[in-house]
Amino acid sequence: MAKYLLLKHYRGAPDPVNNVPMDQWTPEEISEHIQYMNDFAARLEKSGEFVDGQALAPEGQWVRYDGEGRPPVTDGPFAETKDLIAGWMIIDVDSQERAVELAGELSAAPGAGGRPIHEWLEVRPFLTAHPNVTE
Amino acid sequence: MDEALLRSLTPGVLAVLVRRGADFAAAEDAVQDALVEAVRVWPEETPRDPKGWLVTVAWRRFLDATRAEAARRRREDLVDEEPAAGPASGVDDTLQLYFLCAHPSLTPSSAVALTLRAVGGLTTRQIARAYLVPEATMAQRISRAKRTVSGVRLDRHGDVATVLRVLYLVFNEGYSGDVDLVAEAIRLTRQLAAQVDHPEVAGLLALMLLHHARRAARTAPDGSLVPLAEQDRSRWDTRAIAEGVEILQAALARDRLGEFQAQAAIAALHADARTAEETDWVQIVEWYDELARLTDSPVVRLNRAVAVGEADGPRAGLAALAELDESLPRHTAVAAHLHERDGDLPKAARLYAEAAHKASDLAERDHLTRQAARLNHRQGP
Repeated sequence: MAKYLLLKHYRGAPDPVNNVPMDQWTPEEISEHIQYMNDFAARLEKSGEFVDGQALAPEGQWVRYDGEGRPPVTDGPFAETKDLIAGWMIIDVDSQERAVELAGELSAAPGAGGRPIHEWLEVRPFLTAHPNVTE
Repeated sequence: MDEALLRSLTPGVLAVLVRRGADFAAAEDAVQDALVEAVRVWPEETPRDPKGWLVTVAWRRFLDATRAEAARRRREDLVDEEPAAGPASGVDDTLQLYFLCAHPSLTPSSAVALTLRAVGGLTTRQIARAYLVPEATMAQRISRAKRTVSGVRLDRHGDVATVLRVLYLVFNEGYSGDVDLVAEAIRLTRQLAAQVDHPEVAGLLALMLLHHARRAARTAPDGSLVPLAEQDRSRWDTRAIAEGVEILQAALARDRLGEFQAQAAIAALHADARTAEETDWVQIVEWYDELARLTDSPVVRLNRAVAVGEADGPRAGLAALAELDESLPRHTAVAAHLHERDGDLPKAARLYAEAAHKASDLAERDHLTRQAARLNHRQGP
């Protein structure tokens, strides 16, 4: 009954336990990792808890309004931004405990050596849009 | 084409199929098919006996599906068992469906989804939109819920309290999507109240009506929250208030108080005040005392502190607040409000900002941010 964003970072999160960059994994390890993520999403869809999941490219631009009739100002891409979002999954679950449990499972995705990455995922509750009954 | 009529017939039709021996999950699918068929056909020609029509079509759909899947032997048994057509009374049957869909083995979100579909007659797509999840997700949630209750026998000895909790959840979800869940919750509670004589069902219906009556006044045109004290009371729905008060009085007269009746009584006291100043806060505090006795809920104690602040002054309210756990949701917002009334504007502004940071609701967060801004601006150079 509440939505949570599970946020995965390219950079900016504390170091994972199994901290080997993906480009140094074997191709099989990469396939297994991707398969794990797909299976996880499929399982959540079956349990009626999946809302959305997207991956983001590591490079993007900054864009800023530059006044009436002028094109927006752009900058970047920056290679050295401190915090970089890699992607997200949105879940709709009955409790915060469940959100934490699922994030824990997602963090167990296999990495180098087929062992869990133990990467840090950020869990953020959505602000709801319910009218407040207790006025 | 009367969609309200169609949807009100849904649980009764489903109950007939289940009574005839169809398992709940298959019967529910068949009824959905029949509803879709009705939406297609009825605008051309509305049947004289709409419920009989739905039962016939749903039963046929069920048999088709069964034929496709089940053993021939089973099918013949069912066909043999089909009772003669005729008006089907379904009062108790419908009640049993409410119990089944709110069964304690279901998670709250599953119970809500199943109730809206099987009792409310909403489509999976409508429910998915109302809860802002993909249709596939909602479809899975509903079919899992159906599997969970598939072993439960439909009998009438369910607990009304579980049903009321589910209906209250639907009500509180609000009206952000294109399906008005508030109106739907009221409709389903009204339908339940017509079938079961229980003061708490009446209490919940009264509570919903009294809250719903203030809906138009509760938000400004820009979508921002208008606090109770600042609402334009001429925009309250007096008909809904009158109905809610009448239902509540009849329930209270039976002297079996419960939490929904007590909450409705508080809502009725607010509705009764022609201006915010006329509010009978002393009586409201008494009702909060009753409510605290019934539920022992910390949220109730928090609201009680607000009422005490109005009845006996902000210092008394702050004293009541001091007894409560500071980590309670909205604790900081209440503290901000009481400090403002006590005249400590810098502290109130700081607490409003802190409360906004902690808020879990978007409109409430914006409201609290505005409160902080209002006080900061007033103090400004």
